[in-house]
Amino acid sequence: MPDAVSPTNGSNGSGPRVGVYVCHCGTNIAGTVDVKAVAEYAAELPGVAVARDYKYMCSDPGQALIQQDIREHALARVVVASCSPLLHEKTFRKALERVGLNPFMLQMVNIREHDSWVHLDGKAATDKAKDLVRAAVRRVVLHKSLQKRRVPINPNVLIVGGGIAGIHAALTLADAGKRVYLVEREPTIGGHMAKFDKTFPTLDCAACILTPKMTAVGSNPNIALWTYSEIASVSGYVGNYRIQVKRKPRYIIEEMCLGCQECVTACVYKDGKTPDEFNLGLSKRKPVYLPFPQAVPQKVVIDPEVCIEFKSHKCKKTCVEACGDREAIDFNQKEQIEEIDVGTIILATGFKTFDPLRNPYYGYGRFPNVYTSLEVERLINASGPTGGEVVLRDGKKPASVGIIHCVGSRDANTNRWCSKVCCMYSLKLAHLIKERTGAEVFNFYIDMRTPGKGYEEFYDRLLDEGVHFIRGRVAEVTDWPAHPSEEGKLVIRAEDTLAAFVRRIPVDMVVLAVGLEPQPDAQAVRRMFNISCASEGWFLERHPKLAPVSTFTEGVYIAGACQGPRDIPDSVAQAGAAAAEAMALIDSQFVELEPYTAFITEEECSGCKSCIPMCPYQAISFVPEKKKAAINEVLCKGCGTCVAACPSSSIQQNFFEDDEIFEEIEGILAYA
Amino acid sequence: MKYAYYPGCSLRGTGKAYEESLLAVFQTLGIEVQEIDNWNCCGATTYLSVDELASYALAARNLALAEREGLDIIAPCAACYLVLNKTQHYIRDYPDIKTVVTRALKQIGLDYVGRVRVRHPLDVFLNDVGAKAITAKVAKPLKGLRVAPYYGCQIVRPYATFDDQGDPTSMDKLLAACGAAVAPYPLKTRCCGGSQKGTLPKIGLDLIRVLIEEAMRDGADVIATVCPLCQFNLECFQEEAGDSRPLSMPVLYFTQLMALALGASPGAVAFHRSLINIEPVLAAREIAYA
Amino acid sequence: MRNRQLARAPVSPETFEPRIVAFFCNWCTYLAADLAGTSRMKHAPNVRVVRLMCSGRLDPQFVLDAFAQGADGVLIGGCHPGDCHYQEGNYKTLRRYHLLKRLLQQMGIEEERCRLEWISAAEGDRVRSTINDMVEKVRALGPLHFNVEREDIEEEVTV
Repeated sequence: MPDAVSPTNGSNGSGPRVGVYVCHCGTNIAGTVDVKAVAEYAAELPGVAVARDYKYMCSDPGQALIQQDIREHALARVVVASCSPLLHEKTFRKALERVGLNPFMLQMVNIREHDSWVHLDGKAATDKAKDLVRAAVRRVVLHKSLQKRRVPINPNVLIVGGGIAGIHAALTLADAGKRVYLVEREPTIGGHMAKFDKTFPTLDCAACILTPKMTAVGSNPNIALWTYSEIASVSGYVGNYRIQVKRKPRYIIEEMCLGCQECVTACVYKDGKTPDEFNLGLSKRKPVYLPFPQAVPQKVVIDPEVCIEFKSHKCKKTCVEACGDREAIDFNQKEQIEEIDVGTIILATGFKTFDPLRNPYYGYGRFPNVYTSLEVERLINASGPTGGEVVLRDGKKPASVGIIHCVGSRDANTNRWCSKVCCMYSLKLAHLIKERTGAEVFNFYIDMRTPGKGYEEFYDRLLDEGVHFIRGRVAEVTDWPAHPSEEGKLVIRAEDTLAAFVRRIPVDMVVLAVGLEPQPDAQAVRRMFNISCASEGWFLERHPKLAPVSTFTEGVYIAGACQGPRDIPDSVAQAGAAAAEAMALIDSQFVELEPYTAFITEEECSGCKSCIPMCPYQAISFVPEKKKAAINEVLCKGCGTCVAACPSSSIQQNFFEDDEIFEEIEGILAYA
Repeated sequence: MKYAYYPGCSLRGTGKAYEESLLAVFQTLGIEVQEIDNWNCCGATTYLSVDELASYALAARNLALAEREGLDIIAPCAACYLVLNKTQHYIRDYPDIKTVVTRALKQIGLDYVGRVRVRHPLDVFLNDVGAKAITAKVAKPLKGLRVAPYYGCQIVRPYATFDDQGDPTSMDKLLAACGAAVAPYPLKTRCCGGSQKGTLPKIGLDLIRVLIEEAMRDGADVIATVCPLCQFNLECFQEEAGDSRPLSMPVLYFTQLMALALGASPGAVAFHRSLINIEPVLAAREIAYA
Repeated sequence: MRNRQLARAPVSPETFEPRIVAFFCNWCTYLAADLAGTSRMKHAPNVRVVRLMCSGRLDPQFVLDAFAQGADGVLIGGCHPGDCHYQEGNYKTLRRYHLLKRLLQQMGIEEERCRLEWISAAEGDRVRSTINDMVEKVRALGPLHFNVEREDIEEEVTV
């Protein structure tokens, strides 16, 4: 039991007794900051009854130390100088609570992230720690007892995004008896996975493993599946979110549509003229269409941009005729806004692929036979535009195929990160292409990243199958031949770094392994849900190691590739984790909110109304009878803007009162 | 707008047409330039590989001279542009280099802090003057003239400060502002061979040939360049480079086309310095010249 | 009652280390400063951070008090416009900041001493660069010496 520094400041008089604890955090803090000196310094500060330093304050013995001192030294306030409050404020507050001290009698001092980890000069870092501790000691004396607010939690859950992550989270929650709203912007769920042919490394048919889950979603009574819908607005707070969902018109009455597709066959367009989104533009569809054969819900949708009826109102409407007495087609359908109340939200909005037009040297868009990996997935897929035949634009089978890894990824000019799945799917495509066409296949890679279960073994298998691997980043794809044998081919130029010379490999088809990126509207979405994005645009998790599915906004969780590139097993695992965390919140039935609300001292309010328009949540109203302002505590989120606005300081914010902050400022600057 | 002007050696040699047209464009657009007094060679691509530290000191002298005037530098030659920028980066990022360079400059009474920016004419024209202002001053729009904009490597690699690395468009925009039709030219930053024509002629010629043939395939009447070496390579070896078909593609500095559009005198437009005559094309497109 | 602060130790130009008080909002800038910490981005040790839930909580009196108590500079950090965790708090901050700057100017406090930066949770490097930059700028300006000795005030008001 480390010795307490004996106080010589006569702190056994007036005022609450303060205990100061300076954490070593191993050598994280103690390596730079002289923690003993800080504790000794703290002991001399007015009001401090006990000052200690200890190796790991957040550990059980560390917390026990505080608790014992509270009992033995009748401490009424505690200051812990350690890591960021965002990490352990809760921990220490709980420790106080367990021995009967109000948890808000704690003030934390950040001497790690803001001090020992960022300063080289030990003396300066120690002085800074002393300044901050002094400020905290002065502030904490003014702390008041506060109670967390309990609010009930609405047990419903909103899941945004119907890809594999959203689907898995929805099923998990629905099976647990929770009501789930699954909102998907496309007319069908399935996400990117629905477009794949096979999945690595087992070469399972993607549709075969996905569609049972999709069907389960469609038939689960606890899941309200709202496809072709988007979130219009989000308001409220954890446990009590009010969501407005925009339901886009399919021009089909969903309950009546059987998915028989007679209307599609009967459409006045004999052939499709519009690039088919699901097949990435490799085929055409009609104005009325089913997104893909296994779509869930199995309902058609009409595209008003190209449907003649919407343009001219003079269409024969053979589709209506074909539909017969089911009368499922309704050209007058309008967009609808539905309002729902949920307690928790899971964002599973997925990713987009890198646009290879940004790398002009690979020739995408210029040379017809340069494809993206996703386009080739559609070619390979039996229900794709070519019926599963891997053929070039002219219908011929390629005799040689080059697959270029890391397109858009690991590149300072486009995206710096590694997209994690491309090596594996490139291997998968190499295998499938070779199987279908017998072509010579060349994979151009920088490193081979095969970290998952069975992944390295899959790579070995490819090596045995005779796929050629060239380690070198491709510089360009050119159609300028240097040799008669290259005429009519696409030549891939890359340095073979293992063989140490530059190679020209002529191929018939080039496949670009495009990387993963955040969705283009990721910023707009995250603003709507009040979470943050990391610097590259992926949704920001609460902690990269220990809290990968929660965000800094309570009640909002993230799952799947919207948080960063990942493969299907990781997305599913995360979705399960997010569902579990949402469930934990729901099943605790109440959520406790920080009591940082604003309150008005009525006698001091002059009724000037300066505060009323300040509040973004309309939590402040004017009471005409009293001619004073009043705050609705339930609506107050605790930002403190009204507090700063009040000319008479009659509004204060719990835990951030003017006096508390002034003491902190003066404590920082005083020379005591 | 006033800038320090660093012509570099090429603009007084094989790149005379560049300087003549550039100065005319400066004048018409109201850009005031002051040639750096007693500037020295930047060392280009060669000196850096001979004696690195001396090379930085040499290049930094020009930076210090400009800094003394408090003016940003316009460096039209692509190699000068890159060397000066690279020197700035290295002095800033490596304290050892900074120490040596500062010491060297002190010996001649100069000081260098790093306050001047080294800018390219494309950057100045597009971002300081603006495409709209340029269009307003165009006297002879280059209507119907199809130009392939060739940027070369040095103004986009390794530093792409004012334009995109893979698909730069500043020259495209300026040419369009002058009324020209800009041909989509996918090889706009592909290497011209640099000095390879001299050391490994077969490779050099092959690089040249591909650039010209691509421009032909894209329907260009003329290739516009920013670099004296690119211009030299592309224009002067077309006969040698031509493979199955003869090559005859005019290659000009972009400033020559801008000068033409802005109504500069024939002397300034400097077509008389070209080996491959562009006048037949201009006549065919009914663009007045002289 | 707040007690007026003690006399400040004399500083010479060579040893002057600026003292800067920073007010960071909990959701963005404080987090970014933590990120700078976890990424071990070294920066100048002159800044002391006061945590607020929102930059909108920043009462201009905090800034004035900081200067009065001996700060040489004040740094305010909040979320980028549009990103405020509480929707609009940072807009209010901006309004108050502009008015505050005019007031400070009239009091003879130089421009660089009070600074507002929008720093998002992902921008740890900006915390570092802002702090380093501001420390250097304030160092060049020298100490503010804004506080007035108590004795002088006492003398003035004594009847």
